Amino acid sequence: MSPAQETLLRRVEKVDGGLDSQDVATSLGVDHQAIVGAVKSLLALGDVISADQRSSKHWELTGEGCEIAEQGSHEARVVSSIPEEGMPQSQLMKLAFGKVGFSKAMSNKWIRLDKGHEGGPRIFKTVEHLEDLVRDKLLLVQKGQASQLEEKEKNELKKRKLLSEVTVKSYWITKGSCFSTTITKQETELTPEMIASGSWKEKKFKPYNFEALGVAPDCGHLHPLMKVRTQFRQIFLEMGFTEMPTNNFIESSFWNFDSLFQPQQHPARDQHDTFFLSDPAQAHEFPQDYLERVRKVHSEGGFGSQGYKYDWKIEEAQKNILRTHTTAVSARMLYKLAQQEKFTPVKYFSIDRVFRNETLDATHLAEFHQIEGVVADYGLTLGDLMGILHQFFNKLGITKLRFKPAYNPYTEPSMEVFSYHEGLKKWVEVGNSGMFRPEMLLPMGLPEGVTVIAWGLSLER
Amino acid sequence: MPTVSVKRDLLFHALGRTYTDEEFDELCFEFGLELDEITSEKDIISREQGDTKAEGASDVILYKIDVPANRYDLLCLEGLVRGLQVFKQKMEAPRYRRVSPASSEPQRLVITEETTAVRPHAVAAVLRNITFTQERYDSFIELQEKLHQNVCRKRTLVAIGTHDLDTISGPFTYTAKPPGDIRFKPLNQAKEYTAQELMSLYKTDSHLRHYLHIIEDEAVYPVIYDSNGIVLSMPPIINGDHSKISLNTKNVFIECTATDLTKAKIVLDMMVTMFCEYCEEPFTVEEAEVVYPDGRTCQYPELAYRKETLSADFINRKVGISESTEHIAQLLTKMCLRSEVMSDGEQIEVEIPPTRSDVIHACDIMEDAAMAYGFNNIPRTTPRTYTIANQLPLNKLSELLRQDLAAAGFTEALTFALCSQEDIADKLLKNISETRACRISNPKTAEFQVARTTLLSGLLKTVAANRKMPLPLRLFEISDVVLKDESKDVGARNNRRLCAVYYNKSPGFEVIHGLMDRVMQLLEIKPGQGNGYHIQAADDSTFFPGRCAEIFACGKSIGRLGVLHPDVINRFELTMPCSALDIDIEHFL
Repeated sequence: MSPAQETLLRRVEKVDGGLDSQDVATSLGVDHQAIVGAVKSLLALGDVISADQRSSKHWELTGEGCEIAEQGSHEARVVSSIPEEGMPQSQLMKLAFGKVGFSKAMSNKWIRLDKGHEGGPRIFKTVEHLEDLVRDKLLLVQKGQASQLEEKEKNELKKRKLLSEVTVKSYWITKGSCFSTTITKQETELTPEMIASGSWKEKKFKPYNFEALGVAPDCGHLHPLMKVRTQFRQIFLEMGFTEMPTNNFIESSFWNFDSLFQPQQHPARDQHDTFFLSDPAQAHEFPQDYLERVRKVHSEGGFGSQGYKYDWKIEEAQKNILRTHTTAVSARMLYKLAQQEKFTPVKYFSIDRVFRNETLDATHLAEFHQIEGVVADYGLTLGDLMGILHQFFNKLGITKLRFKPAYNPYTEPSMEVFSYHEGLKKWVEVGNSGMFRPEMLLPMGLPEGVTVIAWGLSLER
Repeated sequence: MPTVSVKRDLLFHALGRTYTDEEFDELCFEFGLELDEITSEKDIISREQGDTKAEGASDVILYKIDVPANRYDLLCLEGLVRGLQVFKQKMEAPRYRRVSPASSEPQRLVITEETTAVRPHAVAAVLRNITFTQERYDSFIELQEKLHQNVCRKRTLVAIGTHDLDTISGPFTYTAKPPGDIRFKPLNQAKEYTAQELMSLYKTDSHLRHYLHIIEDEAVYPVIYDSNGIVLSMPPIINGDHSKISLNTKNVFIECTATDLTKAKIVLDMMVTMFCEYCEEPFTVEEAEVVYPDGRTCQYPELAYRKETLSADFINRKVGISESTEHIAQLLTKMCLRSEVMSDGEQIEVEIPPTRSDVIHACDIMEDAAMAYGFNNIPRTTPRTYTIANQLPLNKLSELLRQDLAAAGFTEALTFALCSQEDIADKLLKNISETRACRISNPKTAEFQVARTTLLSGLLKTVAANRKMPLPLRLFEISDVVLKDESKDVGARNNRRLCAVYYNKSPGFEVIHGLMDRVMQLLEIKPGQGNGYHIQAADDSTFFPGRCAEIFACGKSIGRLGVLHPDVINRFELTMPCSALDIDIEHFL
């Protein structure tokens, strides 16, 4: 605690009401700012003292006023500097106070001017003793007794630039609720030393500002969309689905379209909708017997189907594209499954990028993430598909579902999945689903009784 | 999905009752349609061209209905009404019949050899004694347009021509001629043009210019003449003005020329089945004879009814219901698939009408049974398929690393897999030939010229887009790049990479190096030669000379790290030093 703070606290202790910081400064003979500083640091300690700011006006001598208080008014000094025999006017005017003092002394009739004197005009004093009222008034002000002067007098002195009125800001200091003369400074933070010495027990700690925000942690973040991907992945894993290898963005039209019984004239296969590759432009390896069965089911039918009855071309199937859906990978996986010695039921899923030839804007992306689930087993029903979708969406917190008949070249039946949006108060489409067509599954070599149900949705949605 | 726009009041009149918008929406949903929009011509014009243009336009309420892409029988008011009425059991599905003309030979269309090169197929039929009204006529024209856009694949597969039969006289000849030799007055033009002149005339036609490419480069153009040499049409571009139909037309000759015969038959069947209800003898179509170059003749339209036999058990098992054979037969009949229970009480004989070309397999019939039953009435069950889940090892590794990189203070970015050639070559001071990049042949913009071969450019673009964020910027991405690879069936493969950048006032090589050390620690690879990891100075044009090192793990080179070359920084419009790490994580599987 500084000496100023200590003295201040002592004085506050002694008075009943309170005291003014300006008075304290005057009585201690120190600069007012030093007392203000002490007030402020005491305030920061909490409720030791309380202080209200107030302002007061008082009169002060100007520089010239101080000079007069010390040496007398100009006119008095003129009189006292003139000897009995008088003084030439020109000599008087050379003195610093000469000009002002001369005219004032003249009007007070303390001196007279003999213009006709030989050797030039000469001044003589006419009084021996004079009352220097100006000086007396200024001395009163200097002693802090300005109140004894009349307003008129003060204003006259102000006009002569001997006095000025100043506003002083000061504090009215009273005891606070935790007043003490022996306060200790509050600590800002707990330190290892305090813990070691146990000194924290005696210390007072500065209160925290709980309104302020904290410091941002110095860490990285995962991408929000990728976090959603992780959640979907988790849901599939919880439901016993195995992840498909979707790390092949470039796919042949064969696996992306033909194997899915999507005809070669289908609009999705237009340059307009799909990214084709110029390098490497073509795929060069296909399971030949399977390819032949695919050709046949498209162009002639078979496996119970009429087929599309058109001229199926290998050249179209060979064209490389950026896959338009991850179902291309599902087709590869189901073909692989069909090649097993004995069929085993499977549940597959994938979440990965797919591509569409779009121009980017607010509602169109050229690439987005498709989420897909596939179940292959004997005897699966449409009811099973709806049931499993119900469970899947339940895990996402979507409980109200309904299904709308739809069309998709490789699923039959096809169902659009709608969920009730509580916020929008309407049904919104959340995904697509269906049973893969026999024209897709049977050429692969899957057993006749096996049904494959599947659904897809977009991660971005 | 095609959208059909019908006048609401006309639709309700034909359906014999009115619906509220909600009721009709619900009916559509059940039937696999979607009431997409309720609007009016006035609304459409004012939205597209402003209110002033819309003044005086009709404010008759229009329903815009989305129809599944394979249901060509629902592309006009007539078809929609028939489908819905049969579905609601208000009427029985009509039987369409092909008939011979009462008192003369059928109309003939003779195909000549020359068409083989350009558009080899044609089919035809006649609608006899038809009565048009303005609405029927509009719908007739509109259906042709819808078919052209959908099953006809913008006229490439099939083109439809309809003619007032009373203005022309058969037999008709479908041939192909050099464009200079074809001369006629096309629809709605005042004078005759040669085919060549027509092609340049229609270059600026907002509608027809889209079809010119189909025959533009052919040596001969398809053309149909009547016996007097009058041009009926020059498919797939335009009809002749002479034979155009009007409200007063009584007899319509319909021809479809095609590159795909199956589709041509479907289209012809659709045209006649939809509008033969307005003929004097409803639901009959007069046959026409098509003579092939080899002398064969065929009668059209086919209007083929096909029969399929399937069991109720098949449908019950696939759908997950247990309905009686009779009920299933009723359900199918509601879907315009007239069905009868066979004598054994188990099998159902289903008749597929010519309007249902979408039914090509028993599974299509099963779907119709499920729709008629109501998808949302089917009990939801849980399959008892027992399987053990497995993660793809590569994705499992990526997931684990992502978490730890974020914990190490780096933020995950998600960038596009497609980019411009410049992004992966010039901007990284590389030559495109050394990148093994796969090229896209038909991008709409330069942003999609190639598949990325590195994650670095995407991250640098992300940094550039986030220049206002407080420094340092620490970003990473674990994702796939695509590289050409002859050993794969498609000639390319994905490669999983881990890339990170540190962007600050100082290059921070030690930061990115420290991150690499952390990754190795996570992968349990210790520093050192042999089975450990180490880095050694390397030259790479992307990096600042002397500030690049190659990373080796278990004796294999797995990537690079270093301070980026100032030119790279400039080319990505960045201003601060930047260090980067780029490794192939497939080595750690």
